[in-house]
Amino acid sequence: MLNLYRSAVGKKVLMALTGLMLFGFVLGHMVGNLKIYQGPEKLNAYAEWLREVGSPAVPHGGVLWIARIGLLAAVGIHILSAWQLTRMSRKARPHDYAKLESVQLTYASRTMRWGGVIVALFVVYHLMHLTWGSLHSDFIPGDAYHNVVAGFQVLPISLFYIVAQVALALHLNHGLWSLFQSLGWNHPSINPWRRRLAGAFAAIVFIGNVSFPIAVLTGLVA
Amino acid sequence: MQMRLRVWRQKNRDTQGSLVDYAVDDVSSEMSFLEMLDVLNERLAGEGDDPIAFDHDCREGICGTCSLMINGQAHGPNRATTTCQLHMRSFEDGDTIRIEPWRAAAFPVLKDLVVDRAPLDAIVQAGGYISVNTGSAPDANLIPIGKPVADRAMDAAACIGCGACVAQCPNGAGQLFTAAKVSQLALLPQGKPERTKRVRSMVATMEDYFGSCSNFGECEAVCPKEISLDFIAVMNREYVRAALVSDPGD
Repeated sequence: MLNLYRSAVGKKVLMALTGLMLFGFVLGHMVGNLKIYQGPEKLNAYAEWLREVGSPAVPHGGVLWIARIGLLAAVGIHILSAWQLTRMSRKARPHDYAKLESVQLTYASRTMRWGGVIVALFVVYHLMHLTWGSLHSDFIPGDAYHNVVAGFQVLPISLFYIVAQVALALHLNHGLWSLFQSLGWNHPSINPWRRRLAGAFAAIVFIGNVSFPIAVLTGLVA
Repeated sequence: MQMRLRVWRQKNRDTQGSLVDYAVDDVSSEMSFLEMLDVLNERLAGEGDDPIAFDHDCREGICGTCSLMINGQAHGPNRATTTCQLHMRSFEDGDTIRIEPWRAAAFPVLKDLVVDRAPLDAIVQAGGYISVNTGSAPDANLIPIGKPVADRAMDAAACIGCGACVAQCPNGAGQLFTAAKVSQLALLPQGKPERTKRVRSMVATMEDYFGSCSNFGECEAVCPKEISLDFIAVMNREYVRAALVSDPGD
């Protein structure tokens, strides 16, 4: 691990691995939240289960906290690597061209850095809104269903969530493809599928996540 | 054809440069881009001005000496083409063409459009070879190598080391060049014995000079030899493997 962290190629490997972890979380988070369509009891039971899972082998909330610490570490490594690699790249091109004409640069790939910052800021807001409730006007601890519905009934908040999901989808679209490269997972038989797979998973996460505010706004979930 | 040129002029590596405008008349559409610059230089020399310095050698697209950032694209607007193989028929009469040198911290401008590309040599010196004494040429089929593998290694070996990949990369990264040089050996049995040491050493040297890869794909788009981004994945795999194993002798 430390060996890898010493080089830029190694940092990209760590970014790919932590990115894969974070993607796994994002996908699981979206799939878990689909329980909102089964009604308040199911969603709230699921939220409680996340705290109870593993007990009595581990204390109440133990698995949840292990996951949280793991994710926090992944976020830390991901952002620190990105920061250092960006600095390295800026230094490598001190004198810019009058105008660099891109050939096949995608919007998703060139917005990875600032898009990543937007996603990170959104995650902080999202925690303050629906986990801690500090930015929620009507937060009831333990009633996840109520908190989500009441939260998304505020139109600007819902719109902000949707915009943040666009940023997340773009980040995943390039990141999921890019991780195949960084980890050296290439073979002529899988290469054509790498971009398609990345696009498909980014779309699945996007559609699932934006369905929640839309469902609340349209009254489908109340 | 009449062309308007905006050319980067810089006396030496210690002075500031700037874009200078030139008008070139009597350009034939059959001229190569470098021949068009030759015409301008003849005139400049005749008028007692300093001709524009640019790198060139074989002028048939195989030596990797010519460079030039033409309208913000390495080797100009045509794909799989070196600057020397770019012809004026690719432009319209009256076009303004901006010509700049490769830009990278590792490629200091020596004069006008000529840059020092020595860091690419440093990467090859760090491990882009095999150390066995091969003696005289062995029989061609002494070591059986499958056709797909041989073809793949040849695709990597097509790199002429011009540095367009670095020049076009928004990160100023040297990944495509280094990956081609690592891959051409890593894919073949003769290159396997030193693979661990090679990739570690070449990557370390690359990172002394260049930026980090973001998988933008701009490098493969401008590469005159169409080196594929897939080779970067090959190099990364070699690197991860080298990080996980400890070969005897390393």
